[in-house]
Amino acid sequence: MKKKLDRRETVKSLLLGGVAGGLVLQGCQPGAESDTKSETAEEQVPGGGYGRTEEEMARDQALKEQEFLTAHELATITVLCDIILPADENSGSATDAGVPDFIAFIVKDMPYHQVPVRGGLMWLDHESNSRFGKKFVDCTAADQVAIIDDIAYPDKVDPGLSQGAKFFSLMRDLTMTGFYTTKIGIDDLGFVGNIPNVWDGVPDEVLKEQGLEYDQEWLSKCIDQSTRDKMPEWDDEKNLIG
Amino acid sequence: MQIKEQSTQYDVCIVGSGAGGGMAANKLAEAGLKVALLEAGPFFDPAKPEYQTQLKWPWESPRRGAGSTRAFGDFDAAYGGWEIEGEPYTRKNGTEFDWFRSRMLGGRTNHWGRISLRFGPLDFRRGDYDGRGDNWPISYDDVAPYYDKVDKMLGVFGSKENLPNEPDGYFLPPPKPRLHELHYIKAARKANVPVIPSRLSILTRPINKQRGVCFYCRQCSRACRVYADFSSSTCLVIPALEGNNIDLYTNAMVREVTTDENGKATGVSYINKEDLQEYQVKAKTVILAASACATARILLNSKNTRHSNGLGNSSGLVGKYLHDSTGASRSGFVPALMNRKRYNEDGVGGMHVYTPWWLDSKKQDFARGYHIEVWGGMGMPSYGTGFGVSEMNRFVRDATVGGYGSKLKEDARRFYGAVVGMSGRGECLAREDNYCEIDPNVVDKYGIPVLRFHYTWSDDEVKQAKHMQDTFEEILTNMGAELLGNKPGPESQYGLAAPGRIIHEVGTTRMGSDPKKSVTNSKQQLHDVDNVYVVDGGPFVSQADKNPTWTILALSWRTSDIIIDNFKKMNI
Ligand SMILES: Cc1cc2nc3c(=O)[nH]c(=O)nc-3n(C[C@H](O)[C@H](O)[C@H](O)COP(=O)(O)OP(=O)(O)OC[C@H]3O[C@@H](n4cnc5c(N)ncnc54)[C@H](O)[C@@H]3O)c2cc1C
Ligand code: SF4
Repeated sequence: MKKKLDRRETVKSLLLGGVAGGLVLQGCQPGAESDTKSETAEEQVPGGGYGRTEEEMARDQALKEQEFLTAHELATITVLCDIILPADENSGSATDAGVPDFIAFIVKDMPYHQVPVRGGLMWLDHESNSRFGKKFVDCTAADQVAIIDDIAYPDKVDPGLSQGAKFFSLMRDLTMTGFYTTKIGIDDLGFVGNIPNVWDGVPDEVLKEQGLEYDQEWLSKCIDQSTRDKMPEWDDEKNLIG
Repeated sequence: MQIKEQSTQYDVCIVGSGAGGGMAANKLAEAGLKVALLEAGPFFDPAKPEYQTQLKWPWESPRRGAGSTRAFGDFDAAYGGWEIEGEPYTRKNGTEFDWFRSRMLGGRTNHWGRISLRFGPLDFRRGDYDGRGDNWPISYDDVAPYYDKVDKMLGVFGSKENLPNEPDGYFLPPPKPRLHELHYIKAARKANVPVIPSRLSILTRPINKQRGVCFYCRQCSRACRVYADFSSSTCLVIPALEGNNIDLYTNAMVREVTTDENGKATGVSYINKEDLQEYQVKAKTVILAASACATARILLNSKNTRHSNGLGNSSGLVGKYLHDSTGASRSGFVPALMNRKRYNEDGVGGMHVYTPWWLDSKKQDFARGYHIEVWGGMGMPSYGTGFGVSEMNRFVRDATVGGYGSKLKEDARRFYGAVVGMSGRGECLAREDNYCEIDPNVVDKYGIPVLRFHYTWSDDEVKQAKHMQDTFEEILTNMGAELLGNKPGPESQYGLAAPGRIIHEVGTTRMGSDPKKSVTNSKQQLHDVDNVYVVDGGPFVSQADKNPTWTILALSWRTSDIIIDNFKKMNI
């Protein structure tokens, strides 16, 4: 329990960090590469690949071994997800992004979703049975959409279908979040961060478009990024002089 | 249980490795003292892959970073949170207090917001200023040399502004504002609310060879693998471990301070979480830095015939005068930020601009003041992204809320990065009837009696929150924003967060020159026991409208110098 630091290890990992810093300076963007790297390299990393403590790893493992949703429920969710986010000219579908698997996990991780999801799916089958004499997954695409159209617009829902609308809003939220937290979704959204870089202010064309500018007095206080490698020097009045 | 004693006697034993404990460990070890550093949590070092969450993608977590096990999400560098399994706390008379604990090397400084503000001259003598509460027994001038040293040793960016109660430091240059921050500056100024570059302990330039420079990933809350932001683990404890003067005990849950027949401290006893046995560490001097409330707990649990009220508690004030910052927030949807051009605007892990308290408190209908933090931008998606996006259509003419298909993808794209929010963080009056004490009926899983909290907001804090809401509304409106949600009113105390929620616990071992009215003296030494010191937020007399950590660090260094001096004198 008494611990001395293994200095070698720390220095080694600091250097790894240093590489990232080096890439920045060369203006190199390791984005795409780091995606693939993380998937292969993390497998062997203790911490489950994303910095887990032992208790958290055990919890993850236990959740993965449990099952909650049935095959039928999952099949219905799959149809719903792809109605909510189909493939189009911009990006793939919810199932391309693995959203049904994400929902299957999240209802185990957050048990408060279980009754609304399971009950909502039952509600949907009941609705399709009474309208078309079939479970939702067995309906034609047109019949499926007919039901969805009635519950997809919360401001215009027939009061008799309000529970269905609530369920659909939940499915929409889970599908959206499951989608936009994958590489497919992030690329569609256009998030381009999470890589080492040097922030040097809002691009000029954006400032112009927004009718804004940096005022000179403010800018004069900010970092000149060509000095980002230089140790600072101050005078006794706390002015940064070098 | 038999208590196992160790034969080594240390010069100093420090409890807790957060801001206060880390600084003391670093300075005392540097001076050649033999130090035992006891930490209730495990080791942590974000330079090592097994601890890293920085630069991970949301899909690397099966719950996409949601907060199922960590309060601020999977990628946040805090082990612990509001609730810790097997370590309960209770509340009294239906009052509220939420207690956040990080159990790990570095404590809460691994994921804190890095907002690093000096208290101003006025903040040390509020008693004189408005007669509400007491002055500190020390002044800004006593602490200033230590603020200077902390700035230079640990690094903080900011700008020289010459404001009377917002003292300047030795600042590294700050980063340029982001787009939503430019909108904020313009809108705030229109409301006569000043804005200045923020002051965060993040290295925009190098200050030594051991730490890297910020590469702008906006993830300081995940802890920085190149040590470009300040954490006690990476910048104080780990470097100090390279010398030979510190023995670090992790997973060591301190129960009490042990004393001899003269009432002097002899060390501490702790439960080793790995074998659940109780051990004793002997030391000539004991320094408590377990966080303000945890330190009060240790003192109150250190009861014996000589100290029947708990150690250092002849005044009965250990645990009293607990106070946390006030907090309230509001956000709005800014149409000018719709359909934004994409570029990387991550920046540092915190805001680039902020508003320090700008009014004269004497002219308000509440005591003291608050500062404003601003947030927004095209952040990395995580669990929750996409929820209710379509609702934003309510603000757009002819658009429908809800639906499905490509329309939703379009919604997600056009509303991305169009929400701006602001939060006020203010000063709560320190009151004797806000406190923590030992619950007579409950122990934790280590058999240690737990804390029971009693805390209420007074009218001053509620009125302060109202002022925040009015200010936020004016600024957001100036920005052309559609305000989200209803304006919080009296029914919710104007959105005032529950006590504890801002995680700035201070005041439980307040300092003063009168031993009847305070627990520690101006050296942060117990009035009652001269070889026990407290270097977390406990000795704070008042909170200021500023975050506490830079002051904890400065005062811990100051106290360390006093202790080093004592040792030198003893040896001569
Ligand atoms: C999300 C968040 C954001 C924050 N942002 C800011 C900010 O921007 N600016 C700012 O100034 N402050 C901020 N804070 C507050 C800041 O983290 C604290 O002020 C600071 O960490 C206090 O330092 P400390 O040493 O008193 O306690 P801590 O950092 O809490 O460290 C205490 C240590 O003691 C250990 N310990 C507790 N009990 C025992 C025991 N019985 N035995 C052994 N060890 C024990 C704990 O495990 C912990 O490691 C923030 C906090 C949080 C949680
Ligand atoms: S924003 Fe900068 S300091 Fe913070 S974690 Fe990222 S690289 Fe490190």
